[in-house]
Amino acid sequence: MATSKVEGSSSLRHAFGGVLSVFILLLIGVVAFSIRLFSVIKYESVIHEFDPYFNYRVTQFLSKNGIYDFWNWFDDRTWYPLGRVIGGTVYPGLTLTAGTMWKLANSLNIPLSVETVCVFTAPIFSAFAAWATYLLTKEVKGTGAGITAAAILAMVPSYISRSVAGSYDNEAVAIFALIFTFYLYIKTLNTGSLFYATLNSLAYFYMVCSWGGYTFIINLIPMHVLLCIVTGRYSSRLYIAYAPLVVLGTLLAALVPVVGFNAVMTSEHFGSFLVFIIIHVVALVYYIKGILTPRLFKVATTLVLTVGIAVCAVVVAILVALVASSPTKGWSGRSLSLLDPTYASKYIPIIASVSEHQPPTWPSYFMDINVLAFLVPAGIVACFLPLSDASSFAVLYLVTSVYFSGVMVRLMLVLAPAACIMSGIALSEAFGVLTRSMKFHITKYFECSHTEAPAKLGESTSTESSAPLENMTKSDTTEKPEVARKEKVARRKQKKEKELTENAHVKPVSAKKEKRPLVLPLEASIVSVFLLIVLGGLYVLHCVWAAAEAYSAPSIVLTSHSHDGLHVFDDFREAYAWLRHNTEVDDKVASWWDYGYQTTAMANRTVIVDNNTWNNTHIATVGTAMSSPEKAAWEIFNSLDVKYVLVVFGGLVGYPSDDINKFLWMVRIGGGVFPHIKEADYLKDGQYRVDAQATHTMLNCLMYKLSYYRFVETDGKGFDRVRRYEIGKKHFKLTHFEEVFTTHHWMVRIYKLKPQKNRIRGKSRKSKLGSKSTSSKSGGMTHKNPWN
Amino acid sequence: MDLIWADFLIPRERERERERVLEPVSLSVDSNSTFTPIDHRSDGMDRRLQFAFVLLCLGLLSSTARSDLVVSKAERLVDLNSHIVRVLSKLKVENEGPDDVSEVLLALPDAQAKNLAAIRTFYSDGKLGFVLPTEPIEPKGMPSDVTYYSIALPKKLGKGKTVSLDVLSIFTRSLKPFPEEITQAESQLVVYTDNMYYTSPYPVKYQSLVFRLPGRVESYTKYPKVELVKSELRYGPFEMQPAFSYSPVVVHFENNNPFAVANELVREIEISHWGNVRVTEQYTISHGGASLKNGFSRIEYQARPYMRGASSFRILIAKLPARAHSVYYRDEIGNISTSHLWGDSQRTQLEIEPRFPIFGGWKTTFTIGYSLPLHDFLFEADGGKRVLNMTFGCPLDEVLVEKHIVKVVLPEGSKDITVATLFPTKQSEDVKYSHLDILGRPVVVLEKDNVVPEHNLYFQVYYKFNNISLLSEPMMLIVGIFLLFVACIVYMHTDLAISKTSSSYLEKLQWEEVQATVQHIKNIFDQYLAVHDKLESSLRDLSRSGDVQSCKAARKAADAQFKELAKELKPLLTFLQSCSQASSILPKIEELVTKEKEMQEKEMAKHTTVVDCFEKKLGGKDIESRIASQQQKLTSLKQEVESLLDSISEI
Repeated sequence: MATSKVEGSSSLRHAFGGVLSVFILLLIGVVAFSIRLFSVIKYESVIHEFDPYFNYRVTQFLSKNGIYDFWNWFDDRTWYPLGRVIGGTVYPGLTLTAGTMWKLANSLNIPLSVETVCVFTAPIFSAFAAWATYLLTKEVKGTGAGITAAAILAMVPSYISRSVAGSYDNEAVAIFALIFTFYLYIKTLNTGSLFYATLNSLAYFYMVCSWGGYTFIINLIPMHVLLCIVTGRYSSRLYIAYAPLVVLGTLLAALVPVVGFNAVMTSEHFGSFLVFIIIHVVALVYYIKGILTPRLFKVATTLVLTVGIAVCAVVVAILVALVASSPTKGWSGRSLSLLDPTYASKYIPIIASVSEHQPPTWPSYFMDINVLAFLVPAGIVACFLPLSDASSFAVLYLVTSVYFSGVMVRLMLVLAPAACIMSGIALSEAFGVLTRSMKFHITKYFECSHTEAPAKLGESTSTESSAPLENMTKSDTTEKPEVARKEKVARRKQKKEKELTENAHVKPVSAKKEKRPLVLPLEASIVSVFLLIVLGGLYVLHCVWAAAEAYSAPSIVLTSHSHDGLHVFDDFREAYAWLRHNTEVDDKVASWWDYGYQTTAMANRTVIVDNNTWNNTHIATVGTAMSSPEKAAWEIFNSLDVKYVLVVFGGLVGYPSDDINKFLWMVRIGGGVFPHIKEADYLKDGQYRVDAQATHTMLNCLMYKLSYYRFVETDGKGFDRVRRYEIGKKHFKLTHFEEVFTTHHWMVRIYKLKPQKNRIRGKSRKSKLGSKSTSSKSGGMTHKNPWN
Repeated sequence: MDLIWADFLIPRERERERERVLEPVSLSVDSNSTFTPIDHRSDGMDRRLQFAFVLLCLGLLSSTARSDLVVSKAERLVDLNSHIVRVLSKLKVENEGPDDVSEVLLALPDAQAKNLAAIRTFYSDGKLGFVLPTEPIEPKGMPSDVTYYSIALPKKLGKGKTVSLDVLSIFTRSLKPFPEEITQAESQLVVYTDNMYYTSPYPVKYQSLVFRLPGRVESYTKYPKVELVKSELRYGPFEMQPAFSYSPVVVHFENNNPFAVANELVREIEISHWGNVRVTEQYTISHGGASLKNGFSRIEYQARPYMRGASSFRILIAKLPARAHSVYYRDEIGNISTSHLWGDSQRTQLEIEPRFPIFGGWKTTFTIGYSLPLHDFLFEADGGKRVLNMTFGCPLDEVLVEKHIVKVVLPEGSKDITVATLFPTKQSEDVKYSHLDILGRPVVVLEKDNVVPEHNLYFQVYYKFNNISLLSEPMMLIVGIFLLFVACIVYMHTDLAISKTSSSYLEKLQWEEVQATVQHIKNIFDQYLAVHDKLESSLRDLSRSGDVQSCKAARKAADAQFKELAKELKPLLTFLQSCSQASSILPKIEELVTKEKEMQEKEMAKHTTVVDCFEKKLGGKDIESRIASQQQKLTSLKQEVESLLDSISEI
């Protein structure tokens, strides 16, 4: 009760709170990093999936040859015979980041391999992203909400799915860049400091370097600026936050080779320029308003409006004409499919064929953001009490990202930070209200107890009786708003002590109620706190489960649990290792584009098409070859100088994402360019099947043959474990291809193109060919080879 | 080399001392040398003698004349089971000339000599066995398409005496696959060519030749004196053959044993004086037999692996030292999950399976790494030196290493490095930078071509190392972090403003001052609150004890304190009023001051009321009802003051 103690605690409280929140943020960083290590612990430290392999390969090149060679890198290992200019077509942010980290480590003589650095880049940047979320939410709604949001983001499954250790993809650093750019924007908006505005442009530059999703920023911020202007929130701070970003940001963005002049020439960026003009007009109007009398101002307004509208009409007309002159109206395919969800499936099968470009289902929302989906509305409400520039931005961010996530499952990733920020705000506000009312009731309760036994050892009983309750809240809310809560506990204690000394008088409740309208009944608040804690606990459980089970598989090595223990399917690497060591360095390998990046990175062999689907015709050629009969396919492949053909087959072990299941896309994409491939030929009554009822074309196409060659000999029936039926055509021979390698579980099969046969004397060959073409009526043989 | 030489000269006691130091040598040679027909126990010592003999005998060599030696008996056993051909020739050499002889010459046709990986001569004088130095020489006046090796005898061979020598020569790449390409279903057939007679610069009185074969024999050179018994093909015996007799013999037989060839093996042995030896072995393994044609069919391989794919190999076994731990097996694209590890106190066995079965002509690469406890391999040597005692060769069974590179990475700061090996190697030095090194770690690189399992012998690296250098890296880290903190402290306490007169700088200074003042004001208000608390507690005491006087005294004291605080507060408030930057906080503080004043008044009023009531001896209920309204106001005021304080402290 000594004065010094009170004094000390109040001055210490801030220092302690600061240290505590730093410590908590550190722990959040550790959680964000370590929850993503399940993949390393359960599997191994290896690069995951498809795109990361390409990034890994680029990073290897960068670390070996230096930055200048990297910018000029023409990759002849892919898209044979076209090649690909990597330096000019890749978002270099991720590669440069990891390359710099590697270089830094090596300059300190810490011998890390490029692979290790690449594997751990994503977890490191998720920790950064959590901290950036803290900063952003702090700007929006204060420290408590910030810490809650950071803790939620550290383990949100949607983000984990893209940033587990080994998932070395652009999104890993881009989400951090996105949140950080938003933070700096809000910071500038709150402070009006040009320093932060400059930093904001730099952060935007980093985002442009990292991910094509930067267009989201350059459209969202103008939208927010427009919103502020429309709702009469224009201020000089807004101007400073926006104008430098557009000018500097666009200049910097144009420096990135892959963006270049797109930064000023595609429609995705036009919105920002339009708003740039508008904000200047508004600024001018405010300025004029300041120097003119109200009457004069009215006259000026009408004058300017008439002229302005005319000018605007002309400008808009010119713009529309310009935009309309380009075939896609200046929008790129992916962006168009964002605006019109049906666009891709109608016009670009190659985009539609990627599963992550499909619209998400409801379960995937629950899987990816879990309880946040319920907390978000509460967060929106909290953002409106009171509405500030920053909170309106948060709401706008949420609303737009909800829309985009509904279009493409991949963009769930953009939704995740918004949902985390909103839920953080909601949880922190809810806890604030509930603990405040609990505190109020508890202090009241103790005062009552004092009136009954005024001369008793009030203090000791109070601490004792309040201890269990405190313990309960302490132990249960550990994950969430720790700082907020602890601060409150401290405050509560202090207040209690004071109020205990306030003699034995009943405090009139009505007076309190007037001042604190948000007081709930004690029981209700205890129950609510408990429920919120349970909700948080469920969320944490779900996140850990998702990180451990759902999202940690590297997809190049599969495991299955059977009664006799863990079984490992390492067929992909088996095949790639075989290709790497037992084929010539310059051999070309044809496969469906999914495996292009992996083949170049792991097998170090030239591929025809890869996951960078920049040339639809080339992919269609491979699709056509796969859907053609053997001879036509051989001719296509031979004209492409292909020596090996690789197919992925899951029928033996039941691996569902194999080439037979993807085959219809090959047909569609091939048919989109070479019309003699018709989807209908491969479908029986509109159904895709490879059993006995399958069409003749289906059973004779190359993909079928390469997948099922000698498959019947495994069990005598040819039972396909993925499709769950016996295959249609069981015994057949290959005439133009020869099996050279099949992996242990048959998941990857590699065939070699047989060399051209010696020319047989004219007549016999002709007759042979004639009889063949009459017997097999595989239609469209006249233009079977698209390269003719 | 010098040390070994010295060893030979030092007396017996010293010898025994060295024996103890180098104990692991003799121990594990026992376990490794499965080939020697000689008493193993003396093997370790012999090898150390060997070098001494080389030097001794090289000097004597020039004086030895071509002598009248005769090989009275030569029995050759050619082991063709593996792809490494081992020929054991048991020789009895007799001196028929008048002079004492101290060296015996061996001869190998050049065609065979170029495939020779190792040659070793064993000599036994009843109890002890020795390894005799066997060195290539180029004697004058002898046929030229033959390579000669000279064996230095431990003691001179007198007239009419005989000596028994066992010569083990190991050949690689001597089995030629024929046909050179086979399909998966076929067995691998190989051809071995040799001389039917023992090639020797001396006449051979009696000789025989035995081929030990792994399986079916396709064909062999027919000759009157030949018999094929089970898996042994015997030629001879032949008697009284002159020197350099030659008659080709060809055996064509089936050999499906793994032809595992490591095209390159880089063994990196890294010593950490913190107690660990880390070994990393990078292999490039290929199948050296008949190459596969017509592709590989998994269905045939899976259905009948021993028939369809007999020539391939799937499993390699590595015999690692005992107590090997942290074993890993991977390649450039990640971990390879097909491996097993067994271990007991004697050895650790690692069974590895490459990603795919290796057929003829196929190739793969992988890396094995493991850690070993330092005290098993590092010993103190004379002169304050340390000696690392490790095996040279490759731990894989029956693998021929075409290019073998051993790198020994010594700790940073090692000096005076010398290497002792039992066979010639190409030595060079290098520097490796790792884990926060500044000067780099000295690396000894030993290179040798055509290494066979028989080269799996111990070699020693001597170096000087000061234990203090161990601490350099932790110290560096500590100093680095310390400096970081110092830099932070310095940064926080230095004024980095360029212009001390610029308006923004002055503003900043003023702002800091305002903050300090606000903090001070806050403290004062905290004290105010404390005084209020005191008053309240005095009232409580009153209700308990009824001591009116002390209560009054408390009130007086509080009054004085209030006045003092007000005095203290005044200059601060005037400062804030004068500051332009404090304008945002000032209204709040002023409100605070007024609220506090009000609170003071109320408190005092309440206090007097209560004390009055007590003096009038009114009942508790009466008192309560009297002060109820005051109390209500007071609480609300207190709330307000507190929230104001909170809002101020947030600035």
